[in-house]
Amino acid sequence: MTLYFNRRDLVVPGDLLAEGDYDAGENVHRIDNRFYATRVGLFELKDERKVTVIALNSVYVPKPGDIVIGDVVDVGVGSWAVDIRAPRLAILRAVDALGRPFRPDREELTRFLTVGDTVIAKVKAYDRTRNPLLTLGEPGLGKVTSGLIVRITPSKVPRLIGRKGSMISMLKRETGCQIVIGMNGVVLVRCRDPEDEELLVEAIEKIERESHVEGLTDRVARMIRRRKGLVA
Amino acid sequence: MRWMAREPVISRIKKKRILQLISQGKRMDGRGLLDYREITVEKGVIRTAEGSAMVCLGQTEVVVGVKVGLNTPYPDTPNEGILTVNAELVPLASPTFEPGPPDERAIELARVVDRGIRSSRAIPLERLCIVPGKRVYIIFVDIYILNHDGNLVDASALAALAALSNTKIFGYQIDEEGRVLLDKSIWRPMELQNWPVAVSVANIGGELVVDPCLDEELAMEAKLTITVDKDGRVCAMQKSGPGSFSAEQVMEAIDIAKDKAAELRSMVMG
Amino acid sequence: MSHEKPRLIRDDGRRVDGRGPADLRPIHIEVDVLANADGSAYVEQGGTKVLAAVYGPKEIHPRHLGLPNRAVLRCRYHMAPFSVEVRKSPAPSRREIELSKVIREALEPALFLEYYPRTAIDVFIEVLQADGGTRCASITAASLALADAGIPMRDLVAACAAGKVDGVLVLDLCDLEDKYGEADVPLAMMPGLGRITLLQMDGLLTPEELKECIKLAMDGCRKIYSMQKEALRERFLRIRREVEAAEAAEGGADS
Repeated sequence: MTLYFNRRDLVVPGDLLAEGDYDAGENVHRIDNRFYATRVGLFELKDERKVTVIALNSVYVPKPGDIVIGDVVDVGVGSWAVDIRAPRLAILRAVDALGRPFRPDREELTRFLTVGDTVIAKVKAYDRTRNPLLTLGEPGLGKVTSGLIVRITPSKVPRLIGRKGSMISMLKRETGCQIVIGMNGVVLVRCRDPEDEELLVEAIEKIERESHVEGLTDRVARMIRRRKGLVA
Repeated sequence: MRWMAREPVISRIKKKRILQLISQGKRMDGRGLLDYREITVEKGVIRTAEGSAMVCLGQTEVVVGVKVGLNTPYPDTPNEGILTVNAELVPLASPTFEPGPPDERAIELARVVDRGIRSSRAIPLERLCIVPGKRVYIIFVDIYILNHDGNLVDASALAALAALSNTKIFGYQIDEEGRVLLDKSIWRPMELQNWPVAVSVANIGGELVVDPCLDEELAMEAKLTITVDKDGRVCAMQKSGPGSFSAEQVMEAIDIAKDKAAELRSMVMG
Repeated sequence: MSHEKPRLIRDDGRRVDGRGPADLRPIHIEVDVLANADGSAYVEQGGTKVLAAVYGPKEIHPRHLGLPNRAVLRCRYHMAPFSVEVRKSPAPSRREIELSKVIREALEPALFLEYYPRTAIDVFIEVLQADGGTRCASITAASLALADAGIPMRDLVAACAAGKVDGVLVLDLCDLEDKYGEADVPLAMMPGLGRITLLQMDGLLTPEELKECIKLAMDGCRKIYSMQKEALRERFLRIRREVEAAEAAEGGADS
């Protein structure tokens, strides 16, 4: 049983990570008893067994139950097409948006949502052979009417949330803003003061950029306090 | 952007924010309404070209390569060299650029840059004649967009000017059979008689905004590109976009363009 | 202008640009160079300059071009009109179409396409300056752009050409050597797995010379492979260094 890297080492596709009696975790490909990285990321060994790479560049794969944020890009007969920055376009059916049956002869879909609208939705169903299905049928979901959107690579969403929510709690506390994090890497920020929104966007971009460097939560908190100190 | 509609659509909340800021005289990146983004100009970046330049205008990146060859002159201008400007909106620059022959955007871009150079007589085409009626120099200006973040015209025109300003015109030999051949062992610099610069002004929510980035172009009503020569005269103009301008806006835009053109020109010509 | 064949190997055994037979040209690699693309990379190899970008995985249009069990990899190799001696028309030539195919087939074995059915992964390559070895530099750059886009890969793909000029077997031919030499053997491989994904040959070689060329090219690929890995790491290590420097500069500023 050999490990060729240390925890949090930067690895790239093709790197031989380990050899022996291990399990293959995320972003790791196994050939016999050899384990290779499939993406650029940080090496981790979970539970002393799972050879894993925490990806620094990734693609969002929808999971049922995920909260996602996206833009309506097309309107069909009984549904809207929503870009959630996944490989496949997501579908929001009228019945899942309105919570009731839809009468095409009596109602116009564009009255509720049209191209260019931003929605917070939940992934209702998904498998690789079909487009992901969305729903708005829960509290907190629906059309977004104000705020700023910032995008991060999906694999860094856990970093933005932080261990037990530590990072996002800090951000909300230091700025007093509302933050909704889509699992697809799309984040909505809403503050009373538009300047706070810009500061928060900068903080989130910093988190994405420096996610692989230790001490991030403190660094970001300091940056926010410094900027608010100057501004206030 | 992993998926794009047939035409790019800007999200409503983003457009709302842009209009809100502009009504306060500000923009998403903190610029004033009449400010250009950070511009860098690098000349001589492509060795295989006779002249070249790369311009970065914010995140818009353009490379222009100038190639000099020999050709038969056009029948109606037998004593003049030929200028031909082409633009490629290559797919790597934007999810909305498809592989294939130039679309209407690429063609309009090339023709507007061409008009600026031609009308200002920047290149003395009469001095590019070798054998009248038979053989002249042909100047190929190829505009290559590498990343699209709005205002491709201003960046392309600036890069074209920078590329032409470091273009070498090779010498020639005429052999016993009277054929003209390029002689790359001798060359002279391309002499430019004028230095046209394009300035684009957008109408966003009724305000005039200089150097729109991509999001601003998607939120704007229309854009006016005004090309100004070294003496402050206008040598080309193009209104583009689905909306309109008032006459007052047009007059004001012309004045703005005159000032801005001088600023941009000094970045390339010193 | 004379079209005589120039001497490609000097009296001292050095090549036209002063290199030894097994020397690579100076190589410069940068990752994440374009803002819009999902992944991108830039490679300079001697006088060859290549830019590669990846968009995807994304919906494929029209739908019937998609495959039910995997993503479709599409590749476009294209040369800028000003990238060569005599200006080239921007319309795709037969050579560019052939190279687009072989480059795609060089990259395909490295990708887990089955993860993204009914989608397309687009690879766009633009040659900005050509001085020989453009298809190899393109593969080297495209493979990095795919990794930069977060597409899962079995391994990176590195590419390099070997050949014969003036009777000597050489590595990484420049344009002059390719034009006037006796043979050109471009090769691409996944060095970590020891698999060859592109192999072409043009010219005249004995089987023994060909095998030597292949070994030489594979050696070149391995060297380029470590440079690729370095470039991918550097993109993130640079940020780590900048943060650490900023922290050190601040020192006790906040206390």
